[in-house]
Amino acid sequence: MRLRFSRKTLGIPYAIFLLFFVIIPMLVIIFYAFTDKEMHISFDNFVRFFSDPTKLSTIVYSLVIALITTAVCLLIAYPVAYILARSKMKKKFVILLLFVTPMWINFVLRVNAIRELLNWVGLLGEANYFNTIFGMVYDFLPFMILPLYTTLLKIDESLYEASADLGGNGFTTFTRITLPLSMPGIASGITMVFLPSMTNYVVSDMLGNSKVTIIGKFIYEYFGTNWHMGSMVALILLIVVFLSTWLTGGFKEENTVRGANI
Amino acid sequence: MNKKAIAIKCAKAAFIGLVLLLLYAPILLLAVYSFLDTDVIGTSGDFSFVHYRALFTDSKVLTMIGNTFGLAFASAALSTVLGTLGALGIFYSKKRVKASMNAVSRIPIINAEIVTALALAITFVAFGLPKSYFTLLIGHMVICTPFVVLSVMPKLKQMDNSLYEAALDLGASPAKALFKVVLPQIIPGVISGFMLAITLSLDDYIVTFYTRPSGFETISTYVFSATTRGNAHTAATLSSFWALTTIIFVVILIVVISANLAGRRKDKTEVRR
Repeated sequence: MRLRFSRKTLGIPYAIFLLFFVIIPMLVIIFYAFTDKEMHISFDNFVRFFSDPTKLSTIVYSLVIALITTAVCLLIAYPVAYILARSKMKKKFVILLLFVTPMWINFVLRVNAIRELLNWVGLLGEANYFNTIFGMVYDFLPFMILPLYTTLLKIDESLYEASADLGGNGFTTFTRITLPLSMPGIASGITMVFLPSMTNYVVSDMLGNSKVTIIGKFIYEYFGTNWHMGSMVALILLIVVFLSTWLTGGFKEENTVRGANI
Repeated sequence: MNKKAIAIKCAKAAFIGLVLLLLYAPILLLAVYSFLDTDVIGTSGDFSFVHYRALFTDSKVLTMIGNTFGLAFASAALSTVLGTLGALGIFYSKKRVKASMNAVSRIPIINAEIVTALALAITFVAFGLPKSYFTLLIGHMVICTPFVVLSVMPKLKQMDNSLYEAALDLGASPAKALFKVVLPQIIPGVISGFMLAITLSLDDYIVTFYTRPSGFETISTYVFSATTRGNAHTAATLSSFWALTTIIFVVILIVVISANLAGRRKDKTEVRR
């Protein structure tokens, strides 16, 4: 019998690609994380990593940097998204586009531009932690604005009117209507900013005068010396990612494409 | 409109304006200084194209720009073919296969780039694959292809499936029906997937760094090492990046504006019909 053409078979190349370059690399990471240099099963990597006080203090610093970055992004992005989403202006998409456009410039060139600005102001090399957070806020702000904007836009205008009719003032309307209904946007914005602020060491290296170390930088350092320790850090980050996606109710496709679909 | 409402409106506009100003300040600063003949921002200089001339005469810089765009086109083209076929396969598969392929396809999207990069780098070595242009290409395809799948999938869901059946009934071979009937319906998603793949590849530093063959420089790796190490690079090299940033910014501005104008015009004509 002749093999019947099925449209399902078109997916086979991609399935093989995913198997070899996504699934197997993840398994390799897990394998390396739980073995020592002689390839014996061991939990030493975990114990060694978490009993090193300098590593622990770096982790704490990195988490604090990521928390501040996320909080500042939220504080700036929420009003921006709210004003734009509720604006009756016909051309508001143009303004939203202006917030997204810098994202399309090469990432490293963008960080370099901030570096030149900070150098001009005289902060480069003087305020390493401030510079790092400034750069991260600058770079990751659109990741926060987009999901907030899309959820705020979906809120039915009549809910605001109903709240006002029932005697709710601006504050009550915000805490009882706007905030609860925009929670999904807040959650996906937070995950999309928090993760790169822990791991993207391009910003901290270029703006922090090589004095600021974040968790992602450990992987770089271990890559040259000890793959087992590096894989262990990667595995921890992997678990953090899966937990946070799971906790925030899965992943929102519309927010991941950098505003390509505004 | 009373005075309070006007004041609130002004405050809103001022806030949006201020954030935008901050967002564009670094880029505008570089754009201004890219036209002055000074290597230090903050000093005065005369109008000149010296940084642009430096950019276009430095062979190292030209090579890395060529590398960046060559890699972006190659990886985006391959990712688009693989991702479009993948999306078709996933779309027509049974529930369980569909769910598991979608889940795996999302891993590179939600994962931290550094984890993807390290995992690939170690896997290549573990399987005896030396770093080469091939491994770099694979690295970029891993970050681009899932996004192509994401942008093709909605078009498949909107597609009228009976047209494919009709084409088969009228005697078209499945391959012909796919090319003549299915592909034209999903082509907007394929094109936006390709564009997205190009920008993702152009933007990448981390995966490039971990999978590239030695000596291969892209804009990202070149600028990163020039600014963080700084030793062998002169102020003139750094200031030619001002010109590069300005050119890229202007090109992006033109592309974004024209794409949106074109998109809006199409919407309008569709409404008119």
